[in-house]
Amino acid sequence: MIVYILCFVLFLTGLYGVITRRNLIKIAISLSIMEFSCFLFLALLGYTKGGEVPIVDPADPVKIYVDPLPQAMVLTAIVIGLATTAMLMAVIIRIYRKYGTFDIREIKNLRG
Amino acid sequence: MNPLIPLFVAVPLAGAFLIMILGRFIPFLNRYLAAAVLLFLAFISFWSLIAGGDAASVYKMGGWGLSGGIPIGIYLVYDGFSALVLCIISFIGLMSVIYSMTYMHHYTSRNNFYALFCLMTAGMNGIVLSGDLFNIFVFLEISSISAYALVAFGVGRKELEATLKYQVLGVLASFIILFAIGFIYWKTRTLNIADIRAAFSEGHEKSFYLLVQLMLLTGFGLKAAIIPFHAWLPDAHSSAPSPISAMLSGVLIKAAGIYVIIRLFFNMFEITEGMATVITTLGVISMVLGTFLAIGQWDIKRLLAYSSISQMGYVIMSVGIGMLLTARGIKSDVAALAITGGIFHMLNHAAFKGLLFLNAGAIEYSVGTRDLREMGGLAKSMPVTSATSFVASLSISGIPPFNGFFSKLIIIIAAVMGHFYLLAALAALVSIITLAYFMKFQRYAFYNGNTGKTLKEIKEVPGPMLLSMIILAVACLLLSTLALPAIRDAVLTPATDILMDQMKYSLQITGM
Repeated sequence: MIVYILCFVLFLTGLYGVITRRNLIKIAISLSIMEFSCFLFLALLGYTKGGEVPIVDPADPVKIYVDPLPQAMVLTAIVIGLATTAMLMAVIIRIYRKYGTFDIREIKNLRG
Repeated sequence: MNPLIPLFVAVPLAGAFLIMILGRFIPFLNRYLAAAVLLFLAFISFWSLIAGGDAASVYKMGGWGLSGGIPIGIYLVYDGFSALVLCIISFIGLMSVIYSMTYMHHYTSRNNFYALFCLMTAGMNGIVLSGDLFNIFVFLEISSISAYALVAFGVGRKELEATLKYQVLGVLASFIILFAIGFIYWKTRTLNIADIRAAFSEGHEKSFYLLVQLMLLTGFGLKAAIIPFHAWLPDAHSSAPSPISAMLSGVLIKAAGIYVIIRLFFNMFEITEGMATVITTLGVISMVLGTFLAIGQWDIKRLLAYSSISQMGYVIMSVGIGMLLTARGIKSDVAALAITGGIFHMLNHAAFKGLLFLNAGAIEYSVGTRDLREMGGLAKSMPVTSATSFVASLSISGIPPFNGFFSKLIIIIAAVMGHFYLLAALAALVSIITLAYFMKFQRYAFYNGNTGKTLKEIKEVPGPMLLSMIILAVACLLLSTLALPAIRDAVLTPATDILMDQMKYSLQITGM
């Protein structure tokens, strides 16, 4: 149970970072922290105590396997996470070129 | 069994790749290929709607079917409700592509634009067709990432700021959704929506159920910009190039937000009265606050963006009324009427809000500004834009005989018959305020005395842009025929049935 709680703490750490940080790069890092807490949670879901690599062995029918589906989900989600992070970083670099700063308080053209 | 289902996702994906690879070598291929892809999608979606009939059909990817009564493969599900949403995606998409052919002239790297456009369409079609939760997430990310890039397409200061807001909130929403999917998988050991329904109906913990429902509502509510989660929408929708604003406002917030909320809360979760109240309240808040935020705007596209929030509030409210009545187990005919009204308003909103954003783009293209105070008297120099935007303004404010009138009428009648008198009164009031701010838009843009540039310099926009605006204006009129009972039974009733019959979806899909 303690791992799940730590995983949730990691998610909240990321959320806290997104809300309180002023630097765009740090916001992106906080989003990545949230992302990885999700991946960790999914990977934990598939874990079975004493489980083995999920390749069915016909010789030993009572063998315990870990659940392979969450692992497949995590792999897909990591690829998606890479795409979102790359996109976010590209936008942050463009913003730095236009505004000359990473400070989110200086970037406030759109109001109302 | 509809054999065309996989094409809805495969064709636009292939189109995106071909545009990127071949577009480098062959000039002007990009726009024609994108138009061909969207034309094909429009053709097969309307053909499937007409010829499809009532029965849902399932495509099992790679032939992975049932194993021990449990669906293990990836299912694409085509039923009455997804059919309608597919139609509006491909129709508004086609109009936007035709419009972009000339509108995108003053932008560079048009290959990327059309490739991202096709990718976004593929993502939305995937969300609508997907029969399992994780693929909804995957397709949601495909469409969102291309939308982030398209919002930033102008790479100016405003566009970048808008896309940053959109991305940070969008990524937050995505990971809340992923967390909720993890929770659901933890308890049910399945990802198929129909199978999850079956697993939940065998019994569940109340608090767990509530947590998952709230997480999914937050995540998809952020994508749909329901009011406490709306901060990104006015910036993103007003900064994007106009055809993309039309896609985002007309289709993306419906396919990625409203559609999934309706699908999950009707077909995956059992309807509880508490959740129905929450959804109705959120709908009413967005409807009322959205309209008050819109009325003070001077930027045309921000005005339209806030009005999208308000109109989506109508859809959520009427669906919420349907949920409330279903949860209480009374007046199922009124519940069905409310849901029909909601879906009907969703279709209408796609048509008129798409048209209004294209009009705003045409004004920006000719006049060079989006500020209502700097324009005026455009009715003489831009007669087609003026006429089509007049049609759209009357539709959105609910003036007969345009489509918006009939859907709002159905929603208000359903609210009165369900004894939600306050909600009916609010819906009518919001409709009047909507009329007020669209009259403001009409007056300042088209009829006031000219304040800025001389009128002679301003010309009507080129042919392809006019064509798509005229077609959408005609669609606004034609959609009102859906209020006739015969056509309503053929088009809207299958969608309502799949939502009203609680266990039917689940049994149908797991049985196949």
